[in-house]
Amino acid sequence: MVEAVFWFFAAVAIVSALLVVTMRNPIASAFWLVCTMLCLAGIFFLLQAQFIGAIQILVYAGAVMVLFLFVIMLLNLGRDDAALKRTPTWFAAVLLAGVLASQLVPALIRYSSERLAFEYTRSAVLADPRMVFDSTLSAAQATLERGVPGDIAKPLFEHYLVPFELTSILLLAAIVGAVVLAKRRI
Amino acid sequence: MLQAYIPMLLVLAFVAANAILILGLSHVLSSYRLTPVKLSPYESGMPVLGDARERFSVKFYLVAMLFIIFDIETVFMLPWAAAFHQFLALRGLLLAEMFVFVAILAVGYLYIWKRGALQWD
Repeated sequence: MVEAVFWFFAAVAIVSALLVVTMRNPIASAFWLVCTMLCLAGIFFLLQAQFIGAIQILVYAGAVMVLFLFVIMLLNLGRDDAALKRTPTWFAAVLLAGVLASQLVPALIRYSSERLAFEYTRSAVLADPRMVFDSTLSAAQATLERGVPGDIAKPLFEHYLVPFELTSILLLAAIVGAVVLAKRRI
Repeated sequence: MLQAYIPMLLVLAFVAANAILILGLSHVLSSYRLTPVKLSPYESGMPVLGDARERFSVKFYLVAMLFIIFDIETVFMLPWAAAFHQFLALRGLLLAEMFVFVAILAVGYLYIWKRGALQWD
């Protein structure tokens, strides 16, 4: 049953992602992107990552999509898309997609349960897939005990303390960048 | 595990059925007598000014961008606040962490304020 739900979300995500790139109207593309993001949120829920799933809906399907829509309206796309069909744009798009695919596809093919176990434990000694994936079940048990936010908070504020503080520096850089770019006249 | 989501599915089904019912019924039951005024976009009773498809000011983008940044800040505060009571020995550290995080972003807030980015002008 869980698998059926996963395949449903995965199929809808892929189809709507294809519609994002094939739609003529950029606003329609943006709405199909919302559909893709909602499906990804569904997959997060299936992976017992309820907090990440909820944030995916709130931040990505909500706020980030509003930003995308503002950019579409700012550029006033949708009427005259002849410029996008010229050869240099096409060539650049295919090249970029090719480079991305050449990095992604081999990495995904090489992914095995052994490698996943290694990345999960960061130790060659402990990385026995049967053991690790058994302990992921106990991680789900820990989620039940600590609650969903507690499960996020414990590693975030203890183990990944420095990356968490660095996030605020990243956000500060984003603030300064946005203001400098958008308020250049002043 | 999936049983936990049945209430959510019911709510979604109810919302979808409600939307389809309202739109469908008003489509079937209402009569259409269209005039140019009725076909014009509703702008709170004001006469329509120009086309809706014109370039929007970058100011909207700036507001959306700044909203997202402080949105992300709140996202980090959420698990912090919800799980605070679980950190028995580390509460002081946890409080200090969030103070540093908010202090760094407060610098950004002051920058936005002093730079006049919150002013529409």
